[in-house]
Amino acid sequence: MNTGTLSRCLPWVVVGLFALFPMLESTFYTQLVTKVLIMAIFAMSLDLLVGYTGLVSFGHAAYFGLAGYALALMGPKYEAASLWWTLPGAIGLCVAFALVTGLLVLRTRGIYFIMVTLAFAQMLYFVFHDTKLGGGSDGIYIYAKPTMNLGETVLVNLEKLDQFYWLVLFFTAACYFLLRRILGSSFGRALMGIKVNEHRMRALGFPVFRYQLASFALAGGLGGLAGYLAAVQFGFVNPEILSWHQSGAVLMMVILGGMGTLHGAVIGAFAFVLLQEVLSNQAWFGIAAKHWQLAMGILIMLVALYLPQGLAGLLAKLQRKPPAEAEEGADV
Amino acid sequence: MSEAILRTAGLTKRFGGLVAVSDVSLDLHVGEVHVVIGPNGAGKSTLTNLLSGDLPATSGRVMLDGRDIAGLSSDQISRMGVGRSYQKTNIFLPFTVFENARLAAQSRTPYALHVFGRAEQYDAINTLAGAALESAGLSHRAQRVAATLSHGEQRQLEIAMCLATRPRVLLLDEPLAGMGPHESQRMVELIGKLRNDHAIMLIEHDMDAVFALANRLTVMVNGEVLESGSPEQVRSSPAVQAAYLGGEEMLHG
Repeated sequence: MNTGTLSRCLPWVVVGLFALFPMLESTFYTQLVTKVLIMAIFAMSLDLLVGYTGLVSFGHAAYFGLAGYALALMGPKYEAASLWWTLPGAIGLCVAFALVTGLLVLRTRGIYFIMVTLAFAQMLYFVFHDTKLGGGSDGIYIYAKPTMNLGETVLVNLEKLDQFYWLVLFFTAACYFLLRRILGSSFGRALMGIKVNEHRMRALGFPVFRYQLASFALAGGLGGLAGYLAAVQFGFVNPEILSWHQSGAVLMMVILGGMGTLHGAVIGAFAFVLLQEVLSNQAWFGIAAKHWQLAMGILIMLVALYLPQGLAGLLAKLQRKPPAEAEEGADV
Repeated sequence: MSEAILRTAGLTKRFGGLVAVSDVSLDLHVGEVHVVIGPNGAGKSTLTNLLSGDLPATSGRVMLDGRDIAGLSSDQISRMGVGRSYQKTNIFLPFTVFENARLAAQSRTPYALHVFGRAEQYDAINTLAGAALESAGLSHRAQRVAATLSHGEQRQLEIAMCLATRPRVLLLDEPLAGMGPHESQRMVELIGKLRNDHAIMLIEHDMDAVFALANRLTVMVNGEVLESGSPEQVRSSPAVQAAYLGGEEMLHG
């Protein structure tokens, strides 16, 4: 099998294997992997900006949190909300927010872009933290998880862990294939050109601002998808999902996995969430478990220093230079 | 004589107290190569930047087809048919040579919204990109990564990208700088051919190339036009001879 076929088939195989997961594993692990997959969507949406458009956003939690609050506020209080319209509604709200803020933040570059995106996210944080709109600092409970009904029949009930898992897996896969398709198109190539040499793209006649705004809105919408699913899983929203910690965490996932490779964002989400679980395990690390951020910080630094292409870059390196014993099997 | 396709009037650019380009008026005609020469710091590149929209002018006008384009952004001006190459190579280093040209060609097509079609599937774009590489003499390097090209080849790619946008007006900022004699010769021939259906402004130090190509010659010194006219006129101008005192051999090539 050559690498072209491999890169085309491997994602489908991975999705297939993941689909079987809930049948094999306990509730705990199914929930954990659900969380990872949601973060993978979040990380992929940020990678579109950071890794492909060259826009390092430090406020991506704005969309994650906004969609969560949208679900909590749009649905009825004690009954299940309808997935049919709350999900598109939440995503639409995020796209609109990205378009409006994008008009302003995309006039800045580099460090200023980082600061202004952070400022917008912090603004949302304080709107929800300091007003009664979303229950203040306590947040809001989402008592019943959304359902997808057709007439009287319930097609999808997210109270059921397996159904929720498969829905999340479906969206993760859809997000991956959608972004891959888009990045392979003329539009995607233009984004990559902008990342490499924005000035020359302009000289070639590309309306750079419009491309960046489209990318910003798409990333916001997909970030909103992740935020919606996360709110469904946790069953409540509070201002923390909008905080800069959240923006930082997803940025770390992208860096850990390797910027500018979609699968890297997925790998980064896995590595980050699993490391977080492991490092904060008191049974294993005792008192150090409380300070898991310290260990995580050191790991991220090591990756930034020694693996600038992230874990995906490491995989690619291993693939190019297979160890001697694997040489024969490598060319199947 | 045909109507000027691009014409500047009183074009001026100040950087704080420095007047980089002062009251420059020149025009470009299809079928002509208008060469701009002058010592380093004369404002030639700044002039190019004003025409291409890379820099906003302080005052004065740039008329394209009779419409004032001063103040428009560089991408708007590019889409109106003004292509430029850069003195310092300005390409997409991590991409293949073909992708560099393909992106340039793509900028002229309405496929930006086809977000699901593969970028390589449009024959019109591929043909345009291929033809541009062919003209610039880079076809044999199409699949190489641009960063691995020699300096001279990167210069050729710079021109190919400019051509792939199918401009009517070409602003070439020292296209021969860093090219070997063989490539230079080829590039002079190419510019000579392009003259037929383009209006060309050429900034160049290589005097062989200048006198091989120039239909009009403008000499700039300290941001101002010292002399402008046919190559013979400029050559015999006392002002130019005074300014280039000791530079006789330069003007005679």
